[in-house]
Amino acid sequence: MNRGPLIFLGIFLALAFSWTGIVLTNQIQYGSLTPYYDQNEGKTFPDKPSGLAERGRAVYQDLGCLYCHSQQVRRPGFGADTERGWGERQSVARDYVYERRVFLGTMRTGPDLRNIGARQPSADWHYLHLYDPQLTSPGSIMAPFRFLFEYRPVAGERSPKALKLPGDYVRQHGLDRPGYELVPTPRAEALVAYLMSLKDTYQFPEARPYVPPRKEGGSK
Amino acid sequence: MASASSLAASLNPATPPDTVARAELSEIDASTRWPAIVFLLSALVWLLVGTVFALISSIKLHTPGFLGGYEWLTFGRARTAHLNAVVYGWSTNVAFAVAFWLMARLSRAKLRHAGVLVIAACFWNLGVTLGVIGILAGDSTSIEWLEMPSYVTPLLFVAYALVGAWTVITFRFRQVEHIYVSQLYLLAALFWFPWLYSIAQIMIIFEPARGTVLALVNWWFAHNVLGLWFTPIGLAAAYYFIPKVLGKPIHSYYLSVLGFWSLAIFYNWAGVHHLIGGPVPAWVISAGIAASLMMVIPVVVTAINHHLTMVGSFGALRSSPTLRFVVFGAVNYTVVSLIGSTMAIRSVNEITHFTHFTVAHAHQGMYAFFTMVMFGAVYYILPRLLLKEWPSAALIRTHFWAAAIGVTLYWIDLSIGGWIQGMEMNNANVAFLDVVRHTIPFLLVRSGAGIIMTIGHLAFAVNVVWMLCARRPAGATAPTLFHKPPAMRAASAR
Repeated sequence: MNRGPLIFLGIFLALAFSWTGIVLTNQIQYGSLTPYYDQNEGKTFPDKPSGLAERGRAVYQDLGCLYCHSQQVRRPGFGADTERGWGERQSVARDYVYERRVFLGTMRTGPDLRNIGARQPSADWHYLHLYDPQLTSPGSIMAPFRFLFEYRPVAGERSPKALKLPGDYVRQHGLDRPGYELVPTPRAEALVAYLMSLKDTYQFPEARPYVPPRKEGGSK
Repeated sequence: MASASSLAASLNPATPPDTVARAELSEIDASTRWPAIVFLLSALVWLLVGTVFALISSIKLHTPGFLGGYEWLTFGRARTAHLNAVVYGWSTNVAFAVAFWLMARLSRAKLRHAGVLVIAACFWNLGVTLGVIGILAGDSTSIEWLEMPSYVTPLLFVAYALVGAWTVITFRFRQVEHIYVSQLYLLAALFWFPWLYSIAQIMIIFEPARGTVLALVNWWFAHNVLGLWFTPIGLAAAYYFIPKVLGKPIHSYYLSVLGFWSLAIFYNWAGVHHLIGGPVPAWVISAGIAASLMMVIPVVVTAINHHLTMVGSFGALRSSPTLRFVVFGAVNYTVVSLIGSTMAIRSVNEITHFTHFTVAHAHQGMYAFFTMVMFGAVYYILPRLLLKEWPSAALIRTHFWAAAIGVTLYWIDLSIGGWIQGMEMNNANVAFLDVVRHTIPFLLVRSGAGIIMTIGHLAFAVNVVWMLCARRPAGATAPTLFHKPPAMRAASAR
């Protein structure tokens, strides 16, 4: 008896089953999901990311930020994502249609970043936080990203982007050379532009929480 | 050239069949010698490389300033280098060697044109080397389990296809009618992985799908790397070595086949449990949860088979290094799989998702189960390839206890820490930085556990190098055991 071909068929069908179910069916179901056109506002949502934010996405990718930060807000009542202020609503598939890489993430060593642009709208805060997380979040275990900054002599005027470090921090860390400033590199600028672009504030119809219909004549 | 086995049998009609079988197996082992040695030694090097990156990443998580100035060693890269070094460097290299060695033995067929597999080994290791360097240099794709940059994909794919094809060809030349369950696992794993890998590469990297379909493809792939590649190889090895070392048949052949086919049907749907609560269709998540729970069937069936085979033979664990490692792995397979099914339940996942609990679970699966079974396999295979015995039983003992204690401490510690982290994270009254602060003691213990495991790896490496350098003994040798079993003690007293 030669059962080789039969075994092979079974092995093939086993994986074909989930490939059809998980990959193919979902690709057909919502693989061509389009942005939502809002007639009142006369534009589509979500917003298209800017070129600078797209470059920042590449920095987020190459530094591996997603291994500590998720980018998805779970629905109210499942976890405490909205209670923590990580988003006003749950994330929906349409939020991600423009993203060539989806950084949903599986780990929250740090907080969720899906709406970090709305929660921390200040670029200065982001620069300080990236340079040394202890400056803005004492006790954080986030890696410092000092290599995204440059300590350089002031050329002409001080850069408006120069980091506004506290005076004692500057002295302690020897960053007080006269005529020098600490500025973000273009990669840091792109990364911060990306982080500040992360905000899902538009209410898609499908993102409204489900409210069970009230029974007629029920008590209030 | 007449083979030694037939020669022995034709010269002396009284040659016991056992001697003939042993001679035949030793010829089959010899046919796999060079590719198996290359894969196993590469695996060992990657194990050490992966361990270094593991320690760096672990220390960084409680002491973030450690090596903080080096971009290429930032946590997101060091951790990813660790994962890829141990998954594609250590685990896959050793899995390849075990897969074709085992397939040749079980098929009673010599490996033909073994040189092709040596070339495959070179391609694979070149690919992983460039991939890990790429990750450290900033070319990571940041797609979990698929981080190596796309320029190494062709190298890896060609290497894999060669190993897969050669193993299937060996199976086709099988000299025995009966197909043992290990062969089913090996065939399936070697067929499934290239399919998963090519679909994932195409749909995520080369012609990306839109939006969160990417995440579904990602987790379909990533969980199946565990479920349809490493798990079958680990189980194939456990199904071979437990009865082999004990010298008795597996508890139930029927159950072993049932276990295989139920794993084949259910495991490949389970990956979606990594997206519970995420922005993907609810039906696919529910299907993933159902499949994860159905995994209880193959796990329990396999557990019955492995553990009932052991019943009555626990004494052998005292003497055989291979058995001790493999049984440790098999027990952990049962435990880790049942925990995994539990973690897929929505109310449990709400707590464990996004926490160190998942990290603990991953290490229990990949290390306490898979890696330990592979260590056991290497202790059995390498002496038969090199025709030398392990030089030091003390080093094997050190390896076992360091690895076993280290990884057990690791997963229990991080499971507790992760559970607390999840409970606190779901309570908005606990400030996030307090949640972080409360994980630090557990992260410190994890680093300690990592150091213990490192001691085991070093003992293993020293033993391998010592063995390579040792002179081949002239006559017959006896295996290196922890303790001499009673039968052998009696024999040597005679």
